[in-house]
Amino acid sequence: MTAQLVQYLLTGVTIGAIYALVALGFALIYNASHVINFAQGEFVMIGGMTTVSLVNLGLPLPLAIVLAVAAATLVGLALEKFAVEPARGASVVTLIIITIGASIFLRGVAQMVWDKKLHALRPFTGEEPIAVLGATILPQSLWVLGVTLLVVVTLTWFFGRTLAGKAILAASHNRLAAQLAGVNVRLVLALSFALSAALGALAGILIAPITLTSYDVGVMLGLKGFAAAILGGMGSGIGAVAGGLTLGIVEALGAGFVSSAYKDAIAFIILLAVLFVRPSGFFGARGAERV
Amino acid sequence: MPRPHLSRKLCALAAGAAFALSAASTALAQQPIRIGAFLSVTGPAAFLGDPEQKTLEMVIERLNASGGVLGRKLELVSYDDSGDAEKARTFAKRLIEQDKVDVIVGGSTTGATMAVVPLVEHAGMPFISLAGAVVIIEPVKKWVFKTPHTDRMACEKIFVDMQSRRISKIALISGPGGFDKSMRGQCLQVAPKYKIEVAADETYGGGDTDMSAQLTKIKSTPGVQAVLNAGFGQGPAIVTKNFRQVGMSVPRYQSHGVASKEFIKLAGEASEGVRLPAAALLVADTLPGSDPQKKVVVGYKNDFESRYKQDVSTFGGHAYDGLMLAVEAMRRAGSTDKARVREAIERTKGFVGTGGVVNMSAADHLGLDLSAFRMLEVKGGNWTLVQ
Amino acid sequence: MSNWRSGRTGGLAALATAIALLPLALVNNYYYEVAILVGLNAIVCVGLNLLIGYAGQISLGHAGFFGLGAYGSAILAVRYGWPSAAALAATTAAVGLLAWTVGRPILRLRGHSLAMATLGLGIIISIVVNTEDRFTGGPDGMSVPPFALFGLTLAGERTWYWVIGALLLASVWLALNLIDSPAGRALRALHGSEVAAQASGIDAARHKLLAFVVSAMFASVAGSLTAHYSGFITPSKVSFLHSVELVTMVVFGGLASTFGAVIGAAVLTTLPQLLTALKDYEMAVFGAILMATMIFFPRGFVPTLAAWLARAPR
Repeated sequence: MTAQLVQYLLTGVTIGAIYALVALGFALIYNASHVINFAQGEFVMIGGMTTVSLVNLGLPLPLAIVLAVAAATLVGLALEKFAVEPARGASVVTLIIITIGASIFLRGVAQMVWDKKLHALRPFTGEEPIAVLGATILPQSLWVLGVTLLVVVTLTWFFGRTLAGKAILAASHNRLAAQLAGVNVRLVLALSFALSAALGALAGILIAPITLTSYDVGVMLGLKGFAAAILGGMGSGIGAVAGGLTLGIVEALGAGFVSSAYKDAIAFIILLAVLFVRPSGFFGARGAERV
Repeated sequence: MPRPHLSRKLCALAAGAAFALSAASTALAQQPIRIGAFLSVTGPAAFLGDPEQKTLEMVIERLNASGGVLGRKLELVSYDDSGDAEKARTFAKRLIEQDKVDVIVGGSTTGATMAVVPLVEHAGMPFISLAGAVVIIEPVKKWVFKTPHTDRMACEKIFVDMQSRRISKIALISGPGGFDKSMRGQCLQVAPKYKIEVAADETYGGGDTDMSAQLTKIKSTPGVQAVLNAGFGQGPAIVTKNFRQVGMSVPRYQSHGVASKEFIKLAGEASEGVRLPAAALLVADTLPGSDPQKKVVVGYKNDFESRYKQDVSTFGGHAYDGLMLAVEAMRRAGSTDKARVREAIERTKGFVGTGGVVNMSAADHLGLDLSAFRMLEVKGGNWTLVQ
Repeated sequence: MSNWRSGRTGGLAALATAIALLPLALVNNYYYEVAILVGLNAIVCVGLNLLIGYAGQISLGHAGFFGLGAYGSAILAVRYGWPSAAALAATTAAVGLLAWTVGRPILRLRGHSLAMATLGLGIIISIVVNTEDRFTGGPDGMSVPPFALFGLTLAGERTWYWVIGALLLASVWLALNLIDSPAGRALRALHGSEVAAQASGIDAARHKLLAFVVSAMFASVAGSLTAHYSGFITPSKVSFLHSVELVTMVVFGGLASTFGAVIGAAVLTTLPQLLTALKDYEMAVFGAILMATMIFFPRGFVPTLAAWLARAPR
């Protein structure tokens, strides 16, 4: 029984870490522009698929990873420049539709550039499962957890200690004040998209050896990342991580102890329950509404 | 009677009639035979629709290059329904009403096929489905045929093999798709007939990336001697990998839904020893020369792989069979008249396809039996025949 | 105010004329099919527009209500032998009740939390439909008998076309009346500023709930009719993607514009049929068109067009 519980927790934490990375991407862009970027999931897809292609062409894995993240970052910047910036000032709903259009466009291009099949990426350091407390964990899962932790620590340092990070935070709190203080808010926006895309791509690359990747893998992962971001409090970094881990664990426990068919439903019901009690999520700011 | 005049007039009339007739038939000969198709080329069933589309294009090209059918060229009109049954229905209506095709070969998924059945029955259009569930041909519908083996046949073939290995208690794990659910239902239904008890029945979700939770539950169920994964798409590959991760070692069976080299590539080393029922197409090269299917499967495999540089799959094979059944029926009927073609398809006997040897009848619109399925096992990273 | 009235009757007359004259261009049953699908989508969008455009809320789960309508009618007719009209009425009432029950807590949320909550609701409904295959036939779907009323069956594309056309007119008329009623004005005030509206004595919660329930019932009716028309229903109509499609149609056509919702439905239902010639490029082109239209017509098709026309006398 404990062995089962441990297995479920390990599974949950692994997938939860991926949701956390995707959720961080949502949070970053939301903070910078109040846009919910529905194309976030496609960054995840681009990261995984690009790495697979580059590795198949013969590049060593580390180089392929770096190039894939760079490619996704470029796509993120292009998205900001060509789709979001021209529509600044439009209503929230319009911006949502634009990002939805972008996600459809990216998927359409992906299926032309690559194909519609599933692809496997070889695990970074082997596939022999490691025994832990009666359950097993894959080495790749350790990579997922390790890298996510590293990312969270780095981002905390970046936003807390560096001038660039503080500028981004300032712009998200009050755009006008930040501009007056000399912050280049256009650059901040571009930077947020770039960073968000890089995070998404990283998530896609980390998880590809475990779950396989294909041109439409971004849809579900994007959705779950979004849910995690809301659960944790949209816009909060800590919230994104907490939301992601919670979602992953609830899913795994639901599948294991209640019903695997309904596990997604269970996760969403819990999400709804949390929102009813705390509409702004775990760590979201209790909004004060301006009249 | 001024006979010379009459006979001359008669001659002129006859000549004129003959001329008109040949002009008309030439005109008719110029009109291509239109083959309609609606396939799930994109979306969750792209695994099916993509090789089906490629096969139809390839075979029609070859047929045209060697003179066409009944002296006419073939033209393919195909649409992508992205796995959505509603879209499939609209496209089928388009094929019938707008494009006015002569026959429809398509319907990658059971949902899409069943949505279209009322349309083809009403319009009197011969329709050869490429989907798996037994409900498509049971009860028999006048205008609907199918080429893939049914999911019930897959269950039976697997159970027969299990009996030979003295397995009587198994665990079932399946996904959310129509294919999975249909096959799971069939397996649960026929298991008692083969004295097999299903002790555990787990399921996983669509985009699921890890099934170790479900497998752990199966592992802790006492007495399980084998695991049957009635699945299709990416799920089975992940299940196979997870299997090794949770440390299980009992015999594993997969469905014909993953009968392709892709599965072995995706599941990697973990796929060694997995068994599944499949068409002879997968082991085309190692078939003995005396096998009645050898020539057809080797020919199709070589054509497909050299043209598209990707591994052959049984789903493409079903499309090949569907198209060739229609074409052969047209040749035998000597026309593209829909009623005659339908009758000819129903009378198909001894047709050698990639899926088996087809013998249809008014009560059997599939024409295959259990011997059309071969039991295969993964050995050394390749599919091999189980003797 | 008089502007409104002439705009309203003028618009209704134009729509009625369009519906009456369109069959001249519909050369075969396939064309009729597309027209009928446009009509069905338009009915949902007109209702959804009340919620998104006028009440200023968002729902990413309306395919759930559509699906409940479809499956409700189908299950009552097939598994329990109910007559179609009774099944339709009962299902619509049930969906309205569900929307009312679930709507009260959900509508206390704002912005993206509301989006997430409606999305979650839609997904939960979708999962239930997919899993309970004993009732719903699961992912492979189920057959639905034709719609029968007083011994007459609705069959054939032409008959359905007139039925859906009439229903669309009725829906638009109903929506326009609602918007112009005191309830509708309260809704519009809410959209402008919820706090200010509340300060003027408007019960925000009640009015938001009204819009939610009405839009859910519109979707449910359209769902039931789609099931009878197609003769077959599958869970793809209950999916998140379908919810997104519906919102896209409403926003594309123009928020707070009932006729915009109709036009949005018309364009986005017909466009994929036109793009089939592009084969592999279809998805990319569709996404590009969507992005470009929203970037250049940020307020939606109809309002932007109306603004151009207003500036036109030159």
